[in-house]
Amino acid sequence: MIGAQDFSLTPDQLMIQESAAQFLDDRSASAMVRAAMESASGFDASLWTAMSQDLGWTGTHIPEAYGGLDLSFVELTLLLEQMGRRLACSPFFATVVMGATTLMMAADHETKARLLPQIASGELTATVGFGARGVDWDPASVTAVAEPVEGGYRLSGGFRHVPDGSTAALLLLVARLHGEIALFSVNANADGLTAREHANLDRTRRIAHVTLDGVVVDSTSLICRGTSLNDALARVRAMAGIALASEQLGAAQQCLDMTLAYAAERVQFGRPINSFQAVKHRCAEMMVKIEATRSAIYGAARFVTTTPDTASLLLEAACAKTFASEALFFCAQEAIQLHGGVGFTWEYDPHLYFKRAQASSQWFGSPGTLREEVAISLLDAARPVSCQ
Amino acid sequence: MNLAEQDEAFRTEVAQWMRDHLRGKFECLRHRGGAGDEDAFPALRKEWEQELAAGKWTCVGWPQAYGGRGLSVAQQIIFHEEYARAGGPGHIGHLGETLLGPTLIAYGTPSQKARFLPGIVAGTEYWCQGYSEPGAGSDLANVQTRARLDQTTGEWVIDGQKVWTSLAHESQWIFVVARCEPGSQGHKGLIFLLVPLDQPGVEVRPIRQITGSCEFNEVFFDGARTSAENVVGEPGEGWKIAMALLGFERGLSWIGMQMHFEHQLQLVCKAAREAGTDKIPSIRARIADAWMGLKVMHYNTLRTLAGGQDGSLTREGYIIKYYWSNWHRDLGKLALDALGPEGDIFIDDFSRTRLQQVFLFSRSDTIVAGTNEVQLNIIAERALGMPKEMRPQKPTTETRV
Ligand SMILES: Cc1cc2nc3c(=O)[nH]c(=O)nc-3n(C[C@H](O)[C@H](O)[C@H](O)COP(=O)(O)OP(=O)(O)OC[C@H]3O[C@@H](n4cnc5c(N)ncnc54)[C@H](O)[C@@H]3O)c2cc1C
Repeated sequence: MIGAQDFSLTPDQLMIQESAAQFLDDRSASAMVRAAMESASGFDASLWTAMSQDLGWTGTHIPEAYGGLDLSFVELTLLLEQMGRRLACSPFFATVVMGATTLMMAADHETKARLLPQIASGELTATVGFGARGVDWDPASVTAVAEPVEGGYRLSGGFRHVPDGSTAALLLLVARLHGEIALFSVNANADGLTAREHANLDRTRRIAHVTLDGVVVDSTSLICRGTSLNDALARVRAMAGIALASEQLGAAQQCLDMTLAYAAERVQFGRPINSFQAVKHRCAEMMVKIEATRSAIYGAARFVTTTPDTASLLLEAACAKTFASEALFFCAQEAIQLHGGVGFTWEYDPHLYFKRAQASSQWFGSPGTLREEVAISLLDAARPVSCQ
Repeated sequence: MNLAEQDEAFRTEVAQWMRDHLRGKFECLRHRGGAGDEDAFPALRKEWEQELAAGKWTCVGWPQAYGGRGLSVAQQIIFHEEYARAGGPGHIGHLGETLLGPTLIAYGTPSQKARFLPGIVAGTEYWCQGYSEPGAGSDLANVQTRARLDQTTGEWVIDGQKVWTSLAHESQWIFVVARCEPGSQGHKGLIFLLVPLDQPGVEVRPIRQITGSCEFNEVFFDGARTSAENVVGEPGEGWKIAMALLGFERGLSWIGMQMHFEHQLQLVCKAAREAGTDKIPSIRARIADAWMGLKVMHYNTLRTLAGGQDGSLTREGYIIKYYWSNWHRDLGKLALDALGPEGDIFIDDFSRTRLQQVFLFSRSDTIVAGTNEVQLNIIAERALGMPKEMRPQKPTTETRV
């Protein structure tokens, strides 16, 4: 059970949060996000170097034995909240949240020892491709196939919605091997691999369509398979969902802050519009949704660190992710509305958050999918109602 | 024993006590007497509260010096959880225990503490809250009930009317906010008085409410009296006391409330499965939402308890009232939709009538203790620092005459 004492941030955590906020205010301000968004790679290389190599954020939740800082998942969510707030364009989510977590959960010691230190130090970027349908991580959507060949495997098939799939150096890809699912590591420059960037709505995070056309990998590339992979990936999905929710939380907070600032300046009918109750109530509703989401994430992130069973963790993630998706969408929508006409312009920022809101709401379970997962547990499996 | 072991031992102790005592004649009180069910078995519930007192399970968070147990926050949470898990009934004494008692501990005189706290702890003296009036609801500072000092007897004499006074018909005492400086306005010139209800100058008239039952009342004062010793704080500074009391409204009592909510949601799931509505996608989604909302409420409370121990409201503290009340109102509608057409029919099955009560009674959740609109004003103004509502200058009593 989680107690109240677990909900206070330690002085170290507060410091991490604060310094991340300051750093990103400077280094991922609106103009920089826009420049990165329009660049070829979709991210700001100097920001990435600073985050990964100077600040060591890439090693946050990676164990010390593998070159990381060995902090907890809570610290990771605090950083992500700040990145979400500033829509930081970087391969962080794909590499650290998806790539490193997948390796931590699914790989053996040798593979971890080979790859995690490179991720922790920022030398290696990575991502995960799950299936042909998208980012729901439903095992049924795995259509790529692997067949054993002399000394390794031959892989074929397609992966849609692979975050940073066209820039990541290491791709962790899920394929079917003798009917069961299996995870392979494939280098971006492997023969037969193509990664084509989708033209997507949320330009602050690129996604690609990755195709494997008879790519041959050696036998050490098979990282994990079967039931243990299923379990590992379910856990990664839950953790990635909570992590993405933290980003969404930060983005929602920024929508509110932007709106408060604008509403204090804009005068109509001889008064600043923030003095109208209709406007105040909309802002208050934004805060209610944001703080509810913050509680959901705080709870879920602490759950990760207390390592309960994966089924419960998935429910935690469902809760955090649903709240965050809906809070961000609501706040982004209200930000546009309360900015009035300028809210509809390219020049003002609300649309960037609005697009992020829609795109991220579909990852690791849309609210609709996640609600159904909870309903199955409460109604079909008749799991007792308990909020602890 | 380390702290965690001590807490677990305490949990076992509470659970065991509840098993041993909430039985026999008290059996029928399980899960009864919550909001909307306030008029269930009042006499037996008072007996139950005395039973609790005998076990030293009332006012568990109060300092030991005042008859409490001085439990840590963690242990209070455990107590509320186990109490509710066992189906412990709602307390008729909750206004004394959670509102007036803490206010007296903070602001009462030694003799007020000595006179009033033991009755609350023992479950023998019950209190109600005389704040609202016909003209002072959301605008609480507009109270018009008058209190004047009778120089000859040294007593305060009260005239006026209170309304929506929950449990006045079960209480012996009322705490009243009244105007003691004629012509004063707003927050100024108010007094916080403790007034006995059992006297000729007081009339309590039940109001029949949406549920058909009568939980709250109108209370009329016509020359009612109370001794000068029963003023809390200074005459004229009643607003300060009145607000401090509302500050105690938040906190641990939510944990217990959430456990009741948990039980209600369990009933909703059961009802949906029995009625076959658990196959309807929108019902499934709403049940999932209800569960997730409950979880958030729980975490939100833990966050609040973790921070702001100095009594100041933190961000999450500001949203709690608005959040739970809307959640519960939605649960009420969901409960009846899950029952389907059967929800329209009253039968003698408490698991169904409970849901029907929740449907009806939860309409008050977004009104009591600050309406939704007032809550949003508070969040906007105090938490987000947006400008205050404009208050037109009221004509003073003199100019109106
Ligand atoms: C079940 C129940 C039990 C209660 N128990 C007690 C009790 O024990 N003791 C006690 O003293 N009181 C009690 N109350 C009273 C309760 O506190 C008041 O009903 C509440 O504060 C609202 O006041 P009102 O009813 O006068 O509504 P009003 O203040 O008249 O409000 C009417 C409508 O106007 C809106 N409104 C008012 N002001 C504003 C504003 N500034 N901006 C926007 N909208 C506004 C409100 O939100 C509401 O929608 C109880 C009420 C209920 C329903």
